[in-house]
Amino acid sequence: MTYHHDGSPRAHGAGTGRLTSSWQASGAPATLREHTACYGPLPQATGRARRELIDQVAAAGLTGRGGAGFPTATKMRAVASGRGRPVIVANGMESEPASEKDQALLARSPHLVLDGISLAADAIGATEAHLCLARTRDWLIDTVAAATAERHRAGLDRVAVTVHAMPHHYVSSEETALVRWLNGGEAKPANTPPRPFERGVGKRPTLVDNVETLAHVALIGRYGGAWFRRAGRAGATGTMLATVTGAVCRPGVYEVEAGTRTGDVLSMAGLDGGSEAVLIGGYFGTWHNLPTVADLPLSAGGLRQVGSSPGAGVLVALPAGACGLAGAAKVLRYLASESAQQCGPCKFGLPAIADDLTQLAAGRPDGDPLARLHRRLPVLVGRGACRHPDGAVRMAASALASFAADAQSHAQGRPCAARQPVAAQSGFAVGDWR
Amino acid sequence: MTQKMLIDRTACTGHGLCADLLPELIELDEWGYPIIIDTVPSGLTAHARRAVTACPALALRLARAPRQYEHR
Repeated sequence: MTYHHDGSPRAHGAGTGRLTSSWQASGAPATLREHTACYGPLPQATGRARRELIDQVAAAGLTGRGGAGFPTATKMRAVASGRGRPVIVANGMESEPASEKDQALLARSPHLVLDGISLAADAIGATEAHLCLARTRDWLIDTVAAATAERHRAGLDRVAVTVHAMPHHYVSSEETALVRWLNGGEAKPANTPPRPFERGVGKRPTLVDNVETLAHVALIGRYGGAWFRRAGRAGATGTMLATVTGAVCRPGVYEVEAGTRTGDVLSMAGLDGGSEAVLIGGYFGTWHNLPTVADLPLSAGGLRQVGSSPGAGVLVALPAGACGLAGAAKVLRYLASESAQQCGPCKFGLPAIADDLTQLAAGRPDGDPLARLHRRLPVLVGRGACRHPDGAVRMAASALASFAADAQSHAQGRPCAARQPVAAQSGFAVGDWR
Repeated sequence: MTQKMLIDRTACTGHGLCADLLPELIELDEWGYPIIIDTVPSGLTAHARRAVTACPALALRLARAPRQYEHR
């Protein structure tokens, strides 16, 4: 993996290096001492003052960085006022194949995430803290475990964080899947309600937050909500980590101000001038022709008008001359293979639409795959326990809309000789869900 | 009083009885899984209850469900 810290995040937006300020060029994790030298000590609030962090998070306008973009303070309040002693779960699963930012953050600044867990736990009154990582990434588990041991020796946290190595599947990072696994079950999404905020780990109100979100909480706890807002453009607040991949010459993780012009973020990574389209939000995202999105802010508000959102901050540039539909077909096939096979519409619907899109992209239609897609896509939406089918449908529909001319021509049996656009991804293939 | 028809998608295995008993609100997709209009008008409450009871997977229930804090 390549991470571009030196120069890139800071040079491209003055004062935007926040989460990345302690990242070392060597890729080594910042030790507790280095971390403290960079950010100052972990603030130690007591009693009622702990709760004030939630107000600061609200003032900051912090939204979840895991994909859904929900206001973090709202969730914290809901958990804090729930029935029973709250639990906090930090989500470091990063199952989105195109995203690397959570791994980069945890590998280089584990203490920033652990500070965030500590402060948020205090703010909501949690008596239990968990950090969930993918079992397949031993190197990351080792780094984080070393950091928690360092903190334990320093007697830093009121609530000790338990690091978990969870099964690695696309849908296992969904919050109900984390809770179900922590409760002794399989790492598969659960039917809702109840949502974890009302009834989660051990039936207690549970705050599930992405690790980047918690790293921002660590900084808001130190410097305040008003400070957080000093970064951010076009109505969005703070900074965000973005993973930029595909047809760029410096793929990697960048820290940018939320709301930065999407085209500028792609340029930072050295966008191939011939690239014409981009997948925004990763495999759970949407395809767009570059001219329609290049000028829009990379934020939920900025991308809403084109039916998109930054998701977990992923941009995948389609290589010049590549077929977007073929790329979308591959992504869809991957998503179909990563279904938990729990709900009929997902289990049977996703493979069916993946077949349709593959036939269409290959220009070898059996019947009329384009018509079948237009009939099947809307039927699958909102009919899973989780939003896996919804995301897959949205991704496929965006490809049909953005590459409509290609779709028409392929439907008439004309394949394109385009190169393979998105790196082939097989499922994580670790079979077991427990 | 209007009620909501809730389905546990992970429990449903596509028997399809519900669509036979309550065709006004439930149809099946091409794989045999229900597509539901979830608001049950008072006139259909009895039929809805029958569909709930008949479901072999116990995947259906009726509830007054004001859902707060919807994720996304």
